[in-house]
Amino acid sequence: MTVQDRATFGDMARIEPAPREADAAAAAARPMRRLPVQKDWPTWLLVAVQVGILVGAIALWEIGARAGWIDAFFWSQPSAIAHTMGIFFSTGDAWTDISFTFRSTILGFLIGTTAGSLLGLSFWWSRNYAAIVQPYVICLESIPKLALAPLIILVFGIGLVSKVAVATALTLVVSTLTAYAGVKALDPDGEKLFYSLGATRMQVFRKLVVPFCLPWVISVLRVNIGLALTGAIVGEFIASQHGLGRAILYAGQTYDIALVWVAVLVLSTLAVVMYAAVSWLERALRRGVRQ
Amino acid sequence: MPSSAPKLCVDDVSMTFKTPTGAFQALAPVTLAIPQGRFVSLIGPSGCGKSTIFNIIAGLLEPTGGRVMIDGVDATGTIGRVGYMLQKDLLLPWRTVLDNTILGMEIQGVSLREARARALPLLERYGLSGFEYLYPNALSGGMRQRAALLRTLLFDTDVILLDEPFGALDAQTKLQMQEWLMRLWSDFGKTVLFVTHDVEEAIYLSDEVHVMGTRPGRILATIPVALARPRARTSALTPEFLAIKERCLALLTVEAPASDAVSQAA
Repeated sequence: MTVQDRATFGDMARIEPAPREADAAAAAARPMRRLPVQKDWPTWLLVAVQVGILVGAIALWEIGARAGWIDAFFWSQPSAIAHTMGIFFSTGDAWTDISFTFRSTILGFLIGTTAGSLLGLSFWWSRNYAAIVQPYVICLESIPKLALAPLIILVFGIGLVSKVAVATALTLVVSTLTAYAGVKALDPDGEKLFYSLGATRMQVFRKLVVPFCLPWVISVLRVNIGLALTGAIVGEFIASQHGLGRAILYAGQTYDIALVWVAVLVLSTLAVVMYAAVSWLERALRRGVRQ
Repeated sequence: MPSSAPKLCVDDVSMTFKTPTGAFQALAPVTLAIPQGRFVSLIGPSGCGKSTIFNIIAGLLEPTGGRVMIDGVDATGTIGRVGYMLQKDLLLPWRTVLDNTILGMEIQGVSLREARARALPLLERYGLSGFEYLYPNALSGGMRQRAALLRTLLFDTDVILLDEPFGALDAQTKLQMQEWLMRLWSDFGKTVLFVTHDVEEAIYLSDEVHVMGTRPGRILATIPVALARPRARTSALTPEFLAIKERCLALLTVEAPASDAVSQAA
């Protein structure tokens, strides 16, 4: 093949016959390499290793605490945590606290996401309005909202409403900016098509802008559920009579470290459950949007 | 072809855009009179104002001078009077093909059920049967273009503007789509204004070809295409066809200064 190529481009071959030996030498010097191949472990093995690490860590913790390598006063120990967990759920305030935190999170999530998305979409209606309001929204975004939490508690009291307000404050701006990003990504030709068909502004909004921006609105749900939970917990840290955040703060102040761990565990479980539920909702909505 | 009072009349329409560096004349006064049921093409280099004319006729752009008359009525700056198909198919990804094609009727207030009932037989007859309930992302480029064209037709206006509808298709599909468009046009008897870069396409499809020039955008020449219809593919090899093509290419390739062009057009 090489010979034929050289025959076809005979002139070129004649111009540079010398480099052939150099090429051969370079090829010999170049190391032989194969494509690195990574072998995938079977799923059961992966799960076994994961569970093994968890069990091992808990066992080490327990043994360390009993042997005195770990100060059980500051770090507590798994057996004590399990014991406290039983008390927390049987005679303690577990369900009141869970329900309180859950309610403030969900309400804050719903209000913040809905209001924020609507605010973001509303920017489509007027460029002037968007230009005027946008700096304020960006300002709000850059303010650490949690720093305002004490003020919010002061205004809304120590009940559920103030927790909902903190959770709303955290989620609202994120939703606003995301929905507005959707509005800005709108293809002007899409609007042109609608107007060429004689559409009104309202028709363009309902039939083009809203469906087009829905994926943006949906994409922020999982972020927002986490933010809402953070808002609710911080609200409870500052002043509250109920809630898992308040339980953690109270336990910490009374050096009941086992209870801190219990509340954190319950809180994590709550977070995972809500995250999974919202992920499911997101998938369902995505399918719905396509219909 | 009997030429009655023009269906669509672009009367001395001109367009000047204000830019930071000064006024930019996109369109020198342009006049077009298109009788009912005609197929008319505009060809020209990019930047010759073809899309500007379309936007003005569709009412999406207010011209700086002149009027657009439809059926003898001043329609300058009014939307929803003509069907306008943009270069992109702009099918809405969250709607099925069927629901995409009824968009125009829906916006005009036709009930969903009636609109669908009207659209379904057409989808079937014009090569989209089996695709009605699919989403656009499942369709090939040619099929998407068909759906977009049917959406324009189902909007049910007498005048239709097609802005390079087949520009992005491969050569083979393009030929099929041209045949398909000819069939639609002879079935519906719409007045079509067609923009393309493809000289052969313009001649093959049209009753009349307007060759446009740039700086400012203007019509250099109007060339009637007197080939008998229906036209066979091989008509592109006839001397008449080739003569027209030659003339168009000559107009397009010679970048004549504006003064020359005016004398040529006259």
